[in-house]
Amino acid sequence: MSTLGKKLYRWVDDRVHLGDLIEFMGKKYVPVHRGSIWYYFGGVTLFLFLIQVITGILLLLYYKGSEDLAFESIQFLMSKVSFGWLIRSVHSWSANLFILAAFIHMFSVFFEKSYRPPREMTWLSGMFMLFLGFGFGFSGYLLPWNELAFFATKVGTDIAGVIPLVGKPMMIFLRGGEDVTGATLSRFFGFHVAVLPGLFTVLLGIHLLLVQRQGMSEPLGAEDSPAADKKTMPFFPNFLLRDLLFWLIVLNVLAILAVFFPWELGQKADAFAPAPAGIRPEWYFLFMFQTLKYLPAQLWIVDGEVLGILLFALAGILWTLVPFWDRKSAKGQQSRIITYVGIGAIVYILVFTILGWLF
Amino acid sequence: MNNTPQTKRDFLKYVLGAGVLAWLASVVYPVLAYLKPPKQGEVEVTTVKVGPLSAIPKESGEIVRFGTKPVILIRTAEGDVRAFAATCTHLDCTVQFRKDLGVIWCACHNGKYDLSGRNIAGPPPRPLDPYRVVIQDGDVLLSKKS
Ligand code: FES
Repeated sequence: MSTLGKKLYRWVDDRVHLGDLIEFMGKKYVPVHRGSIWYYFGGVTLFLFLIQVITGILLLLYYKGSEDLAFESIQFLMSKVSFGWLIRSVHSWSANLFILAAFIHMFSVFFEKSYRPPREMTWLSGMFMLFLGFGFGFSGYLLPWNELAFFATKVGTDIAGVIPLVGKPMMIFLRGGEDVTGATLSRFFGFHVAVLPGLFTVLLGIHLLLVQRQGMSEPLGAEDSPAADKKTMPFFPNFLLRDLLFWLIVLNVLAILAVFFPWELGQKADAFAPAPAGIRPEWYFLFMFQTLKYLPAQLWIVDGEVLGILLFALAGILWTLVPFWDRKSAKGQQSRIITYVGIGAIVYILVFTILGWLF
Repeated sequence: MNNTPQTKRDFLKYVLGAGVLAWLASVVYPVLAYLKPPKQGEVEVTTVKVGPLSAIPKESGEIVRFGTKPVILIRTAEGDVRAFAATCTHLDCTVQFRKDLGVIWCACHNGKYDLSGRNIAGPPPRPLDPYRVVIQDGDVLLSKKS
């Protein structure tokens, strides 16, 4: 280190004792086992979130959040602003990769049962962040104010409206009125750039703090084996460098997607045009959308979609609360049923997503 | 006579508790009320003149404005003119006329209505709301069914 650097370090160290932090980092070890690769997906998700923040701020410089200007401002951004198309394309692609990485991260944690005590809070904060991620996706989808997004938002908010009791007020709150209009756009814009990022940042802080505090989870059963038998690698620099390598790979994939498959803008939304054929929500909502399509209008005495939505809500709640009802993993035993539930969920999501894609 | 320190403290607790509650209510209520968008004073539309009947081809359907609401105007092969709210009774998409299928179709979840607005296939739970159509001096007039 140069003398100036050393001086600066000492100056800061005198005040906040950096030594403790460095010692903590030096003592941090990451377990090495056949499932170690899954550890990286949390970091990848974080990386994609950071990209979202940066590209999002860049987009804000040109975006105008109103009914008459939103579509035109993005048209302008994509055709006139240098690299405007690239920034938008990266933002859209990275949003999708973010959800994908979060899904992979979640399922790997689920199958390893890493949510078991003492990491219930880490799981919960992660699940809440995933739900916020859906909120980001849903609200961001509307912002270009194009046809597809307009009708997807109508359908999505109407679905919220069929929930008994709270549904109707919630729909009006989301839409900013009875219908999807410019008022909806203003609200979604606010959610997307202020409310959700704020909440997300707090949860992310808690999540990362917990991971630091408790260390990485080890596979079930491995905790009991003697410490000498365990393989580990130092977090700094070994794990961190591998993390960075992953980030670099993701960045390349992102660049290829954004450049060779630029995100389309489509047609401007028109409240007096029929819904276009081929309307579908973002892919991560597709399995639910497709399920609703297959449900008959009436099942016994309830509306088909009311039942569908309530079932999805119930499944989501059970999934989120898994650390509290999976007694077996909590005791350190293998729990087959949970594994089957997870496989079932993946198969269901895959099959219905593909069906939704094809039909 | 029962003015022991115990009851005095209880009394203070209640006062404090009620104060906190009142304070919370006075903060939360305005915020909740603020979140609820006000009703927009819409101009009540009762009748809309669409145009001359002769301009509407047989076996066609188009969306017309009725105030802020889209309405689908259908002319059957026999020449009948009918109108329905173009808002799908399933999840709010805007429907369209499909000449090839001879039905009113909703692209969102493949819902179908016959030309009388009855839901005949797919997820829609109810028929489309009908509008009254009157032909006056060769012009098509739409009005709400009361
Ligand atoms: S919104 Fe029309 S079929 Fe679902």
